[in-house]
Amino acid sequence: MKDETKLKLEHISLSFGEQRVLQDVSIQVKEGELFALIGPNGAGKTCILNCINGFYQPDQGDIFFEGRNINKVKPYKRAQLGISRVFQNVELYTGMTVLDNLMVARHVLMKKGAIAGAIYFGPAHDEDIEHRKVVEDIIDFLELEPIRKSKVGMLPYGMRKRVELGRALALAPRLLLLDEPLAGMNLEEKEDIARFILDMQEERGITILMVEHDMGLVMDISDRIAVLDFGNKIAEGTPGEVSTNEQVIKAYLGAKSGA
Amino acid sequence: MDRPCGVLCNSYAKDMAIVSTRLQWGLLVGGLILLFCSPLFINLQLLSIINLMAITLIAIQGLNILTGYTGQISLGQAAFMAVGGYTSSILATRFGLSFWVTLPCGALSAGLVGVLFGLPSLRVKGFYLAMSTLAAQFIIYWVLMHTPQLGAGPDAVQVSAPELGGLKLTSQQNMFYVIMPLAVLATFLTKNLVRTRVGRAFIATRDNDLAAEVMGINVFSYKLLAFFICSLFAGAAGALYGAWARALRPDYFTLMQSIMYLGMLVVGGIGSTAGAVFGTIFMVGLDQLVTALAPALISIAPQLGLGVTASISKIVFGLVMVLFLRFEPRGLAHRWELFKASYRLWPFAY
Ligand SMILES: Nc1ncnc2c1ncn2[C@@H]1O[C@H](COP(=O)(O)OP(=O)(O)OP(=O)(O)O)[C@@H](O)[C@H]1O
Ligand SMILES: [Mg+2]
Repeated sequence: MKDETKLKLEHISLSFGEQRVLQDVSIQVKEGELFALIGPNGAGKTCILNCINGFYQPDQGDIFFEGRNINKVKPYKRAQLGISRVFQNVELYTGMTVLDNLMVARHVLMKKGAIAGAIYFGPAHDEDIEHRKVVEDIIDFLELEPIRKSKVGMLPYGMRKRVELGRALALAPRLLLLDEPLAGMNLEEKEDIARFILDMQEERGITILMVEHDMGLVMDISDRIAVLDFGNKIAEGTPGEVSTNEQVIKAYLGAKSGA
Repeated sequence: MDRPCGVLCNSYAKDMAIVSTRLQWGLLVGGLILLFCSPLFINLQLLSIINLMAITLIAIQGLNILTGYTGQISLGQAAFMAVGGYTSSILATRFGLSFWVTLPCGALSAGLVGVLFGLPSLRVKGFYLAMSTLAAQFIIYWVLMHTPQLGAGPDAVQVSAPELGGLKLTSQQNMFYVIMPLAVLATFLTKNLVRTRVGRAFIATRDNDLAAEVMGINVFSYKLLAFFICSLFAGAAGALYGAWARALRPDYFTLMQSIMYLGMLVVGGIGSTAGAVFGTIFMVGLDQLVTALAPALISIAPQLGLGVTASISKIVFGLVMVLFLRFEPRGLAHRWELFKASYRLWPFAY
């Protein structure tokens, strides 16, 4: 693992009206690392991902990706830089097949415009085939072959989550943001996804920032963990360090007894 | 999996092909030959209806790209058609340009006007965007009614027939060979566009604009591109309409007409290229049939009065809309898919 910083959040603050959602949060994710972001419901984890994607503009602070300040970069351009995302609530293109959902993610890597596409035969066709190969590899990897031509709107929840993982992967990301990839899955599905996530990190060398509630998995597979509570970062460190941290235990017990 | 590259490429190409079996090729080529020979053996009245269908189809494929595939409802397609029609005719009468120049110019001008009225899509979507295209419809119609300087106005303007090698293309047969290739071309281009990169970006924008943005699609510029292509097709259809009808009147480009176009998409199946063809044939055919039968209706039931018979085609249109939305919201294209699927299961298909 190289010691280079892939993603750096510096003193990020975000509020909606009176409500302060993030307060002076700083995080550094290193190249090739699997970094987990945990915290009770409403802690602001999804908001952090939305800031990284550019859907929310922080009131204060800067975001650096590969050393470049991306705070003013438009969301779609951040994808072109190699930032990909899996949403907490499945956000697929429901009218398209699994295959086409993954092909959409190749958009930024493809070049042919409307005219070549409308003529089809020739450049657009060749380009489609070239990228189809990559997409088929991902379909193999995620074991999606049986459903590759199904419309995603018809698929069961667990499968849709998996397709979304595939779509995020098809972008050939350099940073992958995962928002609760295991939510709502049964044990068997969870094990599959965990295996895929580890493979992505180890074999494909993708840097991953993951938000997840399943403590067992987080402790198992992540390199480092940051803990968020009411918009404040209360701890950061290796799984061992975090799990024995007083404040973390208090935040979690507090959240549980409050619920 | 280590398949040799040649085999792999070959099989994906085959998988992506729309027309692959020999039977399909046969049907396609045979169908096209039959289509292009049809002026030789069908009567003039029917041929004129087919010409109208083909012109309409071009506008419908455009609308399909914008509304069906990109998910932006437009209530201004007829107005964009008018822009193309009037631009083409004005360029011909004022500057004496040939139809083969004014046709693309008309299409292009409509495309640009479409982009202009697509600009609100940066901020608004759904219902509110539909309202802003409605504004396009009313503004353009108003301009047509009130600028006699441009040769427009409530009265019809005459449009001269296209010329080809000194021959004036005045007959239905001649115009068929101008219109039909363009309608086939429009369908071909649409089908290909929507199954490649740009089309996938359109559909992604329609299905989930947030997730489209996050996958690197510049949603706003693709919406504008969809508006451009949509009105480009409309403009071409408008220019063809002028040349075919040999006259233009603002009254052919009303809001009612724009709504009819949306209706054709609904009947055919929104977001389906084949559906656009079915919807256009069905609705234009029905409209012609009703208009032809209206006099007979008066003679059978004179008590209905002129008011009812004059609006009979609108009544039928509304009825068909309701029936389709209730019983087959996926349109005729869905029926067609079911038919193809059942055929595929037939043991001798392979
Ligand atoms: N667009 C918004 N407008 C107003 N408030 C918002 C908005 N988005 C998030 N919030 C608020 O910010 C806080 C943090 O939300 P966030 O979605 O980041 O929580 P989370 O840590 O992801 O929680 P969960 O584990 O439930 O997903 C919540 O109180 C939420 O109500
Ligand atoms: Mg969340």
